[in-house]
Amino acid sequence: MATTAATPTFAPKEAASYGQTGIWSWITTVDHKRIGALYLYTALFFFMFGGLEAGVIRWQLAQPNQHIVSAEFYNQLFTMHGTTMIFLAVMPLSAAFFNFLIPLQIGARDVAFPRLNAFSYWIYVLGGIFMTLPIFFNSAPNGGWFGYAPLTTLPFSSGLNIDFWVMGLQILGISSLAAAFNFITTIINMRAPGMTLMRMPVFTWMSFVVQFLLILAFPVITIALVFLLFDRFFGTNFYEIAAGADPLLWQHLFWVFGHPEVYILILPAFGLVSEILPTFSRKPLFGYNVVIYSGIMIGFLGFGVWAHHMFAVGMGATADTIFALTTMLIGIPTGVKIFNWIATMWGGQIRFATPMKFAIGLISLFTIGGISGVMHSSPPADLQQTDTYFVVAHFHYVLFGGSIMGILGGIYFYFPKITGRYMSEKLGTWHFWSTFVAMNLTFFPMHLSGMLGMPRRIYTYDAGQGWDTFNMISSVGTLLLILSTLIFVINFLKSRKHGEVAPNDAWGAGTLEWSIPSPPPDYNFAEIPVVTSRYPLWDLKHPDRTAGIAHSAPDVMTITDAHAVPVHEETARKTAAELGIPMPFNTVKPAIAALAIVMMFGGLLFTHKGQFALAMTITIGSACLFVGTLYAWLTSPLE
Amino acid sequence: MASAVAHEPHEHTHYTTTGLDNRKVAIWAFIGSECMLFASLISTYLIYKGKSIVGPFPHEAWTAPDGHVFKAILNIPVTSQSTFVLLMSSLVMVLALAAVENRGKPGYAGTLLGNSKLWLGATAALGATFLGYQAFEFTSFVHEGLTIHTNLFGSSFFTLTGFHGAHVTAGVLWLLTLLSIDIKRGLTPKDAILVDICALYWHFVDVVWIAIFTLVYLIK
Repeated sequence: MATTAATPTFAPKEAASYGQTGIWSWITTVDHKRIGALYLYTALFFFMFGGLEAGVIRWQLAQPNQHIVSAEFYNQLFTMHGTTMIFLAVMPLSAAFFNFLIPLQIGARDVAFPRLNAFSYWIYVLGGIFMTLPIFFNSAPNGGWFGYAPLTTLPFSSGLNIDFWVMGLQILGISSLAAAFNFITTIINMRAPGMTLMRMPVFTWMSFVVQFLLILAFPVITIALVFLLFDRFFGTNFYEIAAGADPLLWQHLFWVFGHPEVYILILPAFGLVSEILPTFSRKPLFGYNVVIYSGIMIGFLGFGVWAHHMFAVGMGATADTIFALTTMLIGIPTGVKIFNWIATMWGGQIRFATPMKFAIGLISLFTIGGISGVMHSSPPADLQQTDTYFVVAHFHYVLFGGSIMGILGGIYFYFPKITGRYMSEKLGTWHFWSTFVAMNLTFFPMHLSGMLGMPRRIYTYDAGQGWDTFNMISSVGTLLLILSTLIFVINFLKSRKHGEVAPNDAWGAGTLEWSIPSPPPDYNFAEIPVVTSRYPLWDLKHPDRTAGIAHSAPDVMTITDAHAVPVHEETARKTAAELGIPMPFNTVKPAIAALAIVMMFGGLLFTHKGQFALAMTITIGSACLFVGTLYAWLTSPLE
Repeated sequence: MASAVAHEPHEHTHYTTTGLDNRKVAIWAFIGSECMLFASLISTYLIYKGKSIVGPFPHEAWTAPDGHVFKAILNIPVTSQSTFVLLMSSLVMVLALAAVENRGKPGYAGTLLGNSKLWLGATAALGATFLGYQAFEFTSFVHEGLTIHTNLFGSSFFTLTGFHGAHVTAGVLWLLTLLSIDIKRGLTPKDAILVDICALYWHFVDVVWIAIFTLVYLIK
């Protein structure tokens, strides 16, 4: 709304948010970097929580016929482990990087809609609490992260467990969608002069693809969940087989969302390693264009492979063949990226700093997961593997070996930019190697127990089926994984205050975010730079070495913009007020609007307790609060 | 260069890469997302078409086991009227935008064409009329024995058209908000973006209705 405000009331006092402290400043912040930090801390918390859930699962499965937890609670554990890791850990960890990095990488001062950005975060954290709390009351969701209906409909799943899941995912969907509209607009519309699409850093590019996946995939699960919600609360028949409903409707709708979701989880990590590898190889990314096109291709094909999750339901030879072929096809652009990363390292001056170790870890581990993925694309093979631990091994190699390794590498890489200090290289090395070993120890034996027929989601098993040793190894691996994560936590917390101080350009990287101070001032760029190539900072610092290298030819600066100057290192630390840069006001309205939305869904829960009037009072009251807050928000000036 | 920046902090024409307003880019992304939302609803309706075990049915009469006869439930003449009303609302929406964009220009200043309040009000009124038709349709269906619980047709029909109706309702509220701003301080060509994004949303909701009317009502 700011662009329409006739006379912006520029108040230096309010505008100087840089260096703000106190809880209230965090609740009301609209700065993309602070919101990114909030995402990072919250998502890491949920990552630990989901990890502990996995820890209990592995404790239960360590030996045959154990009864550490009940079968019922085990259902809640594996449901919440999956749901937490996907929606509350990996997606928001990616969102932390979207928030922090996208404006910095494209040379913008903030995202397109700073307050909407705060709104996304608050919806996420409140929705996350909404989903997570029930596990302490033994009423957490228990239908698997995929929540297959009709199993999750009222006759088969009474109780609030599934309600928390349905409502929780709806709430989190709003967060992802709002954020995606924001980032699409930011990337399309807020690039610095000269930052053409084909000069954008690869992380921004992969994020761009992910935002499109989000806005196109999430509406589908929204509708699937609306059907389930209506079935459960208002007695509709969408998943009611007796009324003639199709038992596959949910599966189709869910996986039309669910498979693009897989790429939503992995592409940001691909983007991060595409920043790390060139930096630590001192070479431009090999085949930049092809990496970008592959990313787009993955996003595009990602919508055409969903039914490979459903080979076992018997769709018939035609459907099976088509989805087998598209699934094999999507392996190609993914493989292309792997080769591009390897070629980037080829002949480079490699420095094995911690981020680089994790990036290489991703390449090796993701490749294993990718190969077992291609195995699943063949329906006859898949029929043997489906619902066994082989599949569990597969997707943990791509999600832990891929997404988490990439994100951890990203945290080590960008920590100096976020905090102004390096993380400890020594602890980082310990963290990497222990994670690498523990990860393989945990997940590799699952290939074998799966091949021997161990089904997923069973809470215990009999001895003597050949699974005992493999399960014990997996459980020991998980314990080690928890310990290695502890090293990370110590490193993270210690380095924040006591790490070695980092300069602007902590690693000798080539993209815009490294040209500004660490941590960046609240306005990011004192002067908006004009971008002339893909690695402008390398052109600036090593003109002799970049000349003639095909990382897109630097062109003559032709754009004339009063606010734009050639790329340079910014060192002066002035406040926004001194520079005369208008900053958005802090506001609590997005947080209130988010709270209203969560209460709106939460209120509905009381209908199952027979308190319809109370439910409607809370829901309608919260809806009014939301609309009121929205009006107040939209009519108050941004800056 | 720094001084150049410092001297014009009040210059509020933000540089954008495409030259488009951020809100316009965002609303297009939003509409893209909404396409998938309605695609899911419409697909489900079509998948469940003819799958209901008990009536009433959309296009055929049905005799219940107890001998009660339900007639084909969709009333195409009445819905054609409401469809016409909604389409006309898009026309006046275009006029509303033109009136705000061309405020004060020859041919608009002081003329009917330039009366943005009238056109915004008319759009909202036509939208509300459409909603009235829908309320009438829903009530008469319930009286004829079709509720959201009755069968797959009832569930998918009410959910699909109900979602569309909710979108129209949001649009009407949006239009009324613009109207109240227009009455309070007058919308100027600078505010055209506010009307523009509302118009894009409104036209989209109309286009969705054309799809629903064709696929649900016209095709048997």
